Amino acid sequence: MTVIKHELKAGKNSLIIWTAIIAFMLALCIFIYPQMGSQMSEISGMFANMGSFSAAFGMDKINFGEFSGFFAVECGNVLGLGGAFFAALLGISALSKEEKEHTAEFLLTHPISRTSVVFNKLCAAVLQLILLNLAVAGITALSVLIIGEKPDVYKLFLMFLSYFIMQLETCAVCFGASAFISANSAGIGLGAAALFYFLNIVANLTEKAEFLKYLTPFGYTDGADIIANGKIELKYLAFGLIFTVMGIAAAFYKYNKKDIA
Amino acid sequence: MNVIKTDSLVKFYGKSRGIDGINLQVEEGDFFGFIGPNGAGKSTTVRTLLGLISPTSGSAEILGKDIIKNKTEILSEIGYMPSEAAFYPDMRVREVIKLSAALRKRDCAATAKHLCERLQLDTEKKIKELSLGNRKKVSIVCALQHTPRLCILDEPTSGLDPLMQREFYAILKELNESGTTVFLSSHILSEVQRYCKHAAVIRDGKILVCDSIENIGHTEAKRVSLRGITSPPALEGIKDLKQNGDTISFLYSGSPSMLLSELSKLTITDINITEPDLEEIFMHFYSKEERK
Repeated sequence: MTVIKHELKAGKNSLIIWTAIIAFMLALCIFIYPQMGSQMSEISGMFANMGSFSAAFGMDKINFGEFSGFFAVECGNVLGLGGAFFAALLGISALSKEEKEHTAEFLLTHPISRTSVVFNKLCAAVLQLILLNLAVAGITALSVLIIGEKPDVYKLFLMFLSYFIMQLETCAVCFGASAFISANSAGIGLGAAALFYFLNIVANLTEKAEFLKYLTPFGYTDGADIIANGKIELKYLAFGLIFTVMGIAAAFYKYNKKDIA
Repeated sequence: MNVIKTDSLVKFYGKSRGIDGINLQVEEGDFFGFIGPNGAGKSTTVRTLLGLISPTSGSAEILGKDIIKNKTEILSEIGYMPSEAAFYPDMRVREVIKLSAALRKRDCAATAKHLCERLQLDTEKKIKELSLGNRKKVSIVCALQHTPRLCILDEPTSGLDPLMQREFYAILKELNESGTTVFLSSHILSEVQRYCKHAAVIRDGKILVCDSIENIGHTEAKRVSLRGITSPPALEGIKDLKQNGDTISFLYSGSPSMLLSELSKLTITDINITEPDLEEIFMHFYSKEERK
C-alpha cells in the first residue's frame, strides 16, 4: 500500500496533465461537431470514398455524418493515441526509473520483496489508467450532454472499454520491458505505442496485412469497427489479453532475478 | 553470535570479477571496518549481503538467516546507508524519511526528529535542493531511525563536513554501545582505526586480512619525512625510501626511540612523522601476501 501511495503521488502531475490534454482534445472535438455535423453529411460520402486513406482510419465503415461515426474516428484517434502514449510511459518507466535515478537501492533495501514492489507498481499504474479513463469518460459525457447529442451509449461504452483494455495491454507490455532496462526508457515506450498504432493502420490498408491486428492492441480498439459492428472483436482481444499476461509475467520473472546496479 | 557470516561468497559480472571467495565473520555488537581501495569488491560484498545482487556461488547468513531465502526478514533488522545517497528528487526530506519508516511499517517519528536535530537537517527542503552532504544526512536518518540490529554503511562520510562526521560517529558509537552491530565499508583508514574494533582488508575481491584493529595496526610503519639532509639516517627497518632534492622520506617500522636518537644527530630543517596512508598500508599487506 505504501508503494502504491508513493507511486500515485509521484505520478500525480503527469496524470493530471495527460488527463487534461486528452479530455480537452475530446471536448474540443465534441464541441465542434454541431458546426461540422451539417456539412459532414454532405462530405461524409467523400470521406468514405478516399480509398486506402479512408480504410486506414476506418472511415469507409461508418457514417461520418452521424455523431457516433464522427466520434469513433476523431475522438477515437485522440483517446487512442493519447491513452496509448500515457499507458506506455507509465509502464516503461515503472521499474526502470528506479534504476535510472538510483532509487532502486533505497527502495529494495527496505523490508519489501521484489514481487511486492512489482505488484504494487502494477496496481498503481492500473489505478492511474482507471482514473484517467473515468475522468475522460466523465468529461466526454458532459460535453455530449451540452451539445445535445443522443448517441448509442452502449457503443460508446464499448469504445471506451476497448480503449481502456488497449491501454492496459500497452502498459503491461511496456511494464514487462521496464524490468529489463535501467536506462532512460521514455523513447522506447513512446516508440512502442506509435508502432502499435501504425501496425493497425497498415492492417486496415490491405487484407494481406490483416494478421497485424492480432499483434497490436489497436486491432480490437478500432472505433470505426466497434461503432459499425456494435462489438469488440474477440479474436484480437484474446491475443491482446495473452500479450498483457506475458508482459506482466515477464516483469515479475525478470525483476525478481535482476542484479540492481 | 555471528551477525554476518559469509561462506566462499563469489560474484562475477559476466567474466569480470566482483568478489572471489569472501569468508567473513562479524560478531554481534562489533564495530567492524571493511577496508579496500576502489574496485576491490567492498560494494559488491555489501550489495550481495543486502540482496541487491545475487551471488554467483557461495552463501551468506545475516543474523543467522540465509540472505536469499530470508531477505525481507533480514532487511527489517538492517539499516543501510549507500555510498551514493539517491532519493526521489521531487520529494521533501520529511516525506522521504516518512516513506522509509512506512516501508518498514514502523512509526519512527520521534527518533527521526531527534536525529534530524542532531544532524541539523532541514526536513522541509526538497531532495533536489540538497547538497551531497545533506543527502548523506537524509541517508543517515533513513538508515538509523528504526534503531536497527545491524547497520551496513558504505562510504558513509564522503560529503559530510568534519563536524558532521564527528556527530555521525558519535551517534553510531551510542548505537553500538546499546547493542547495534556496525559494519563500516570505507577506504578512509583513519575512520576505521579510530572507531572500529575489528576490520577486514579486501583487495581484488579477496580478503587479505581480518583481525582486530590493534593486531592489524601492530606492524604498521610510520611515514617519516626529513628536510635538510641528502642521505637517510643509519637505521634498521627503513623501507620505501624516496628522495626529492634535500627531502628524504621513508617508511620506518623500528623503535621510535632509536629513530629519535638517530635524528638528533642530524641537522634537519623540518620533520614530519605521519601514519602511512592507505596505499602504504595496502603495500604492507601486499608484501606480506607476496612473501606467503
